[in-house]
Amino acid sequence: MTGTELHYSRVAIAAHWLLALLIAANFSLGLYMHELPISPARLKLFNWHKWAGITILALSALRLGWRLGHAPPPDAPMPAWQRRAAHTVHRLLYVLFFAVPLAGWGYSSATGFPVVWFGVLPLPDWVPVDKALADALKATHRWLAMALGALVLVHVAAALKHQFIDRDGLVRRMRPRWR
Amino acid sequence: MTRALAFLPLTAWLVLGSPIAAAQKVDPAGSELVFVTKQMGVPVEGRFQRWAAQVALDPRSPESGQVGLKIQMDSVAFAAPEVTAEAHRPVWLDTAKYPQAEFQSTAIRAAGGGKYEMRGRLTLKGQTHDVTVPVSLAQNGVNGTATGSFTLKRSDFRIGEGEWTDASLVAYEVQVRFRLALSGLPTP
Repeated sequence: MTGTELHYSRVAIAAHWLLALLIAANFSLGLYMHELPISPARLKLFNWHKWAGITILALSALRLGWRLGHAPPPDAPMPAWQRRAAHTVHRLLYVLFFAVPLAGWGYSSATGFPVVWFGVLPLPDWVPVDKALADALKATHRWLAMALGALVLVHVAAALKHQFIDRDGLVRRMRPRWR
Repeated sequence: MTRALAFLPLTAWLVLGSPIAAAQKVDPAGSELVFVTKQMGVPVEGRFQRWAAQVALDPRSPESGQVGLKIQMDSVAFAAPEVTAEAHRPVWLDTAKYPQAEFQSTAIRAAGGGKYEMRGRLTLKGQTHDVTVPVSLAQNGVNGTATGSFTLKRSDFRIGEGEWTDASLVAYEVQVRFRLALSGLPTP
């Protein structure tokens, strides 16, 4: 259950797959919805996208808390540059797990739409309503999301490389475990 | 008599005859007319930027007071430009067909402690309904600020038609808030 055996803890594995699913889904939703004309459908999709984003933010905070208190398994044998690259990508992913939804939250507030989680829990506006700021945060949210998408592709490509080219069984460390 | 009134200029628009309070001056800089919609639980605020208020209040005899508002509907403004553009459309305010909304008070009575209850008729998007508006007047010499808020139902005024009649998207209750910066109030 801790990192002493050569796999991640069950909590880390569950968090990984749950958040991978939520992030991939919310990224796709964002891509689809962002140029829709005003309509009941757009209103619903935008709100669900924001609520999913805040959920991802909250779960990522819990996940980071777990990660800081529970070390992952020791590095598997691999060239030093690969080990450094892996750690860099993982750290950047964690930064983006927070930066993307925070930028989105700020963008929403700056546009005059406070974020109310699932329509019931109002979240604070930590930026003022300001058109120039809204435009800047919109671009920031978009670019950070694209960066996250790109890093996810790198991460998945690397995992596939370890599984099918290196055949080192690395991916087994993150395989869903039921017991 | 009523036909003669049609020829009076806007500034002399108060009903003549029975003793009424003297008119105050409304300072646009310190005044605002704001409304808050709830979109799937999210409060989204809009305002009207062009409107004219005729206010004649006398705290010593509130029943003699009169308040009138004429609002230019195409001055509606939200923080998000696309929402502002949407608000002009026929399913919402239909500003092309109904360029002006109007409020005219019919009765003002004191509720104690600088608070008043103002009744009047609101004409919005071609529909007229009675509204009751609580007003607070904070007075400092001849200057004062009248503030108040009330809730109206957008469905009463056919605002948000067709696919937008769904209250879970945009709630029927819309809160309207105003602040009027007044000068020329009678001192006790």
